[in-house]
Amino acid sequence: MDLIRNAINYLNDPKNWHGFDGIVPLAWSHLKITLLAVLLAAVFGLTLGIALGHARRGGAVVTALANLTRAVPVLGLLALLASNGSLGVTTSTAVLALAVFAVAPIVTNTYTGVSGVDDETIESATGLGMSQVQILFGIELPLALPLIAAGLRTALLQVFATATIASFVGAETLGNLINDGQSVSRYDQVLAGAICIAVIAIALDIVLATVQALVTPGAGNRLRRVARRRSRTVPDTASTVR
Amino acid sequence: VILSAAPSCYSRSVNAWFCSQYVQDYSSDIQHAFVQHVELSALILAIAIVLSFPLALLALRTRLLRSSILSTLGIIYTIPSLALFVLLQPAFGVTHATPVIVALVAYAQLLLVRNVLVGLEEVPAEVLEAARGTGYGPARLLFGVRIPLALPAILAGIRLTTVSTISLLSVGGLIQQGGLGQLILDGQQRDIRAQVLTGVVLIVALALAADLVLLAAQRLATPWARART
Repeated sequence: MDLIRNAINYLNDPKNWHGFDGIVPLAWSHLKITLLAVLLAAVFGLTLGIALGHARRGGAVVTALANLTRAVPVLGLLALLASNGSLGVTTSTAVLALAVFAVAPIVTNTYTGVSGVDDETIESATGLGMSQVQILFGIELPLALPLIAAGLRTALLQVFATATIASFVGAETLGNLINDGQSVSRYDQVLAGAICIAVIAIALDIVLATVQALVTPGAGNRLRRVARRRSRTVPDTASTVR
Repeated sequence: VILSAAPSCYSRSVNAWFCSQYVQDYSSDIQHAFVQHVELSALILAIAIVLSFPLALLALRTRLLRSSILSTLGIIYTIPSLALFVLLQPAFGVTHATPVIVALVAYAQLLLVRNVLVGLEEVPAEVLEAARGTGYGPARLLFGVRIPLALPAILAGIRLTTVSTISLLSVGGLIQQGGLGQLILDGQQRDIRAQVLTGVVLIVALALAADLVLLAAQRLATPWARART
């Protein structure tokens, strides 16, 4: 239990919060890397998911992609990218690797949401004379929004978790507290770092859950039931890369 | 010692990604890491599966139990793996694999309990009614009717958990308890590309092989589901 007391002492010492490799700058850098990676993944993942979903094609490819990224260990991908001489141990290596992992939940959810809009709904929209663009922006995307939001939330949490690991390939994140602490046997710092990471991750999840609830319309039980049923048919939207 | 004229493919000057010489020279290290990875994964999955049934049955009792169990598991799942490993170290020790085992069992509960719950809940009420009518007691109803009918969802959950556990275990390498994860990290630190790639390939192969075995088991155990999928 000394370990816990020492960690609390570490957290109570203001000089551990600021300055070089303090908790605050590391947390900012951690969040910045997370957002950057998810942004990169979203540009790619949303485009692909919307295109395939609107065309109602490539469902097998999307599922295969989701399954493959689940099997590839994130630690392995980080190490592979870091061992590649041209990239090496830098922040961009980390951002790139994290983005790769964030693409799967975004594509899967976007595809499922867009392609899952009822055929009758699309038919009646076509019958009303709506163009493809109008159908996409007026019907498919609004109906898919809850699932897309769920995918982005999963991606953000997953990338936040993975960014912790990415400190060993040179990303400045809260994972540094754990890695550096271990290398000099400062277990108070290791445990304090883990506490900060866990608290921020849970807080981030609460914020994202609130945003997700806001974009998920409460109107119409039928719609919600459809969305729920649909989300169950997704292999699993929750991330499995922590 | 006189070295052979050509530098080996995993030497610093060549450092090839694919190098059979490396695999030969380090076969005992690779085998050790692989066996450790398989053993730890199997142990974690066995504990996780056994634990998930009582938890799911408990969650079926009342709405409150259901929401509190699922949200607790959800919160645990939100904690990044490296942090959770370290958080469990004061309780389970710094030098062995117990924190990693406990953490991965805890993560697995969310995936397993959710799937077992969905499976058990989707058994039609008429079927249960009919079984009760023919004199099935609670235990026989559970093991003879509900679990067999929930099997597709349960096995889907087990497959998902297996693949993610095998892949996630590698993170344990960062606290020196990771089987193939440690092989990867060691290779990265010593700058031997063949070692990094060997570790990654073995993990992916192990995960896919386990998934295929479970898929076959799923097909055998639920022949009626084949028509639907």
